[in-house]
Amino acid sequence: MNTIKAKLNLSILQPLVALMLMIIAMTFLSDNFATSDNLFNVMRQVSVNLCISVGMTLVILTGGIDLSVGSVLAFSGAVAAGLMKSGIEWAGADVFIGFTFFGCILAALLIGGALGWFNGQMVTRFKVPPFVATLAMLTMARGFTMLYTNGFPITGIGEQFAYLGTGWFLGVPMPVWVTIGVIVIFGFFIRKSRMGRYIYAIGGNEKATLLSGINVRKVKVTVYTLAGVLSAVAGLLVTARLDSAQPNAGMGYELDSIAAVVIGGTSLSGGKGSIMGTVIGALIIGVLNNGLVLLNVSPFWQQVIKGLVILLAVILDRMSSKK
Amino acid sequence: MDSNKSAPEIILRAQGITKRWPGVLALNNVSFNVYAGCVHAIVGENGAGKSTLMNIISGTYPAYEGDVLLRGEKVSFQNTAEAGRAGISMIHQELNLIPYLSIAENMYLGREPLTALGTIDYRKMHRDAAQVLERLHFTEDTHKPVGELRVGQQQIVEIAKALSLDAQVLIMDEPTSSLSENETAVLFGLIHELTAKGVGIVYITHKMDELTKLADYVTVLRDGNFISENRVENTTTDEIVRLMVGRERKDFFVKQEHPKGEKLLEVCGVSLRDSESRNKYKVKDVSFDVRAGEVVGIYGLMGAGRSEIFETVFGVHPKGTTGVLRVKGEEFMPKSPAEAIRRGIALIPEDRKCDGLVLDMDITQNISLASLKKILKFGTLCKKAEVKIADLFRSRLTIKSHSARQKTGELSGGNQQKVVLSKWLLTDPQILLLDEPTRGIDINAKNEIYKLIDELAGRSLAIVVISSELPEIMAISDRIITVCGGRITGEFTRDRFTEENILRASLPDSTQTRKNS
Repeated sequence: MNTIKAKLNLSILQPLVALMLMIIAMTFLSDNFATSDNLFNVMRQVSVNLCISVGMTLVILTGGIDLSVGSVLAFSGAVAAGLMKSGIEWAGADVFIGFTFFGCILAALLIGGALGWFNGQMVTRFKVPPFVATLAMLTMARGFTMLYTNGFPITGIGEQFAYLGTGWFLGVPMPVWVTIGVIVIFGFFIRKSRMGRYIYAIGGNEKATLLSGINVRKVKVTVYTLAGVLSAVAGLLVTARLDSAQPNAGMGYELDSIAAVVIGGTSLSGGKGSIMGTVIGALIIGVLNNGLVLLNVSPFWQQVIKGLVILLAVILDRMSSKK
Repeated sequence: MDSNKSAPEIILRAQGITKRWPGVLALNNVSFNVYAGCVHAIVGENGAGKSTLMNIISGTYPAYEGDVLLRGEKVSFQNTAEAGRAGISMIHQELNLIPYLSIAENMYLGREPLTALGTIDYRKMHRDAAQVLERLHFTEDTHKPVGELRVGQQQIVEIAKALSLDAQVLIMDEPTSSLSENETAVLFGLIHELTAKGVGIVYITHKMDELTKLADYVTVLRDGNFISENRVENTTTDEIVRLMVGRERKDFFVKQEHPKGEKLLEVCGVSLRDSESRNKYKVKDVSFDVRAGEVVGIYGLMGAGRSEIFETVFGVHPKGTTGVLRVKGEEFMPKSPAEAIRRGIALIPEDRKCDGLVLDMDITQNISLASLKKILKFGTLCKKAEVKIADLFRSRLTIKSHSARQKTGELSGGNQQKVVLSKWLLTDPQILLLDEPTRGIDINAKNEIYKLIDELAGRSLAIVVISSELPEIMAISDRIITVCGGRITGEFTRDRFTEENILRASLPDSTQTRKNS
């Protein structure tokens, strides 16, 4: 048991040390960094990316990729907001269905799961490469969002929703609790369930896994579905925090998410990586984003620096794994 | 060199080579000569350092201690391309081919013939490739992607690639391990042609009969140390084997007689359509049965449809399969490997790295992969139970490893094969399909696997083994079936086992029924 733990720790040691160094450096460079207000702010921002990135980790571990997370986030967030505010109404048939808070949440998760399931079907049944299948979904789900919202934000959703985004519980922001829940559940899932083991096996050698009698198709569809559900969770958090669903929410989030996974040491070819690594990767990006703002670095330079950090992380990882 | 013949010219000399891996001394002050116009065999158990030494000579590992002298001058190749330009090329045991590129493109990768305009001269490339392949009696279309070839055919392409380089030193790492007897004979003929032209050949092998047939010199390595260099005529196979393992060779494996039980597997008129062309069959009208406690051998040339017979029984190609299977008398046609496993069928595949193992996973995780149900505790994986099972198999099959958590990618071929076997034994199979179970592994590990097969037959499993090695399949089988062109061409009981009989039945010309139907 100890050797596994030692190994696991070793693989995320590098990003962990990097994160520590960044935190220490920022503490010295900016008086505003190590304040509880700011740190909670960082965590709240990171929580959205982390929900997505946990799902992304599962997908990448099987050797796939999910580019559709940002659009799925937007659509499920919009659906939740829309249902909460005005329910479903057929003017002609004089039908109205109202939704409770939990009904809306369930609907959003189902939408996210359904879109993810669709991705999974495309990848497994029609052998569409994950990059292409989820790229198509990126466009389609964004289109659905525009259709549903007519291109305008849905605002004024209500207090219950706002609590999910801006409320506090036991001195910790609600989104952070949600994210901790996601991490614990999926960390357990991936290390302790059969499905979790199969995810690694498929990424390591899909053919050998299939020949071991494992239903590879089912595992992959599940993984894409879960990624969709987790994007929906992130969508709920974003919508709740702004108390409005923006039609262009989540644009480009797939990039931050992939960056978090990669910085966390997960191999893009699959089979190697961990949820804990992704947590650290997302924190690194979060601290970096926050730190650059606090240091008044121009937003243009921020993007350049973020790109360099991603490259540096992967290069260091390659160098250490070569030894 | 106490021979009365004059010693031939030394083309290449490796002198006092030492190579360290983290924690392991792979080679310890080893010296080795390549003689012009001679075949120099290099033998030793897996892990003896043969491949490491050859990888140093051919430029794959640029960092080492000691000197490599080419015609007396010190050289240090930084990569295989430099070694290739100096006339040294190596045919690897692991295939280094690009599956999507054609046979010709693979052979000329990195040195494509060009037209006057600087574009690739495909016509010349395919013409040249076909010429080289003709010397190997290989008839596949040079436009065919390498990925569509069987392992043995890919090996031939690899050999052709090295031949096309006109090397002065040609290193072959177990080239015949996936070749049929026929293809081997062609290769041997070619080796004689090359040595007659003064090429120095280094030949790594595990097969003792090849040594006496082919080699002029033989060097023995053991655990990274140089043990001996002899002219082949001055030594004997027994002496070589004794030097390799450091002890006298016991008699070749002797099979036990086990009582035969009911028919566990019956294959009745099974065919498998070729997925590429509608009217072709990879397996055609194959029928045989296996009883509990019986070992049935399947012998045939590469591409004869041997592996496909197994895959059909194991539910790998549910779409193109027709015919009837019976497991314990009950009709059953698996639609996936999972269904076959549930009925107690296990398939140990031919290519353990591609189809058998997840190399990034450790021994424990590979062994449990097909039977995770057995280590569930309250619905979650119990890692303690998992390691316990792995340790059980590690000691039962003597899997050499420093812990149950060692990555399978780091193990030698024989130990990898034992991990694959463990994985399948854990599924409690009643019908065991073994596809080339001893390919590319050392004599000791081979013997252990023979014993295991025998022991499993004694426990009333029904076992089917594919092998390309006649002495092996004759030693372990109760019955041998020969296949050719996807059909069964002969069946032999133990009293009718002779190498000639079996080989003749497996050759394409020996049957009249081979015309397309």
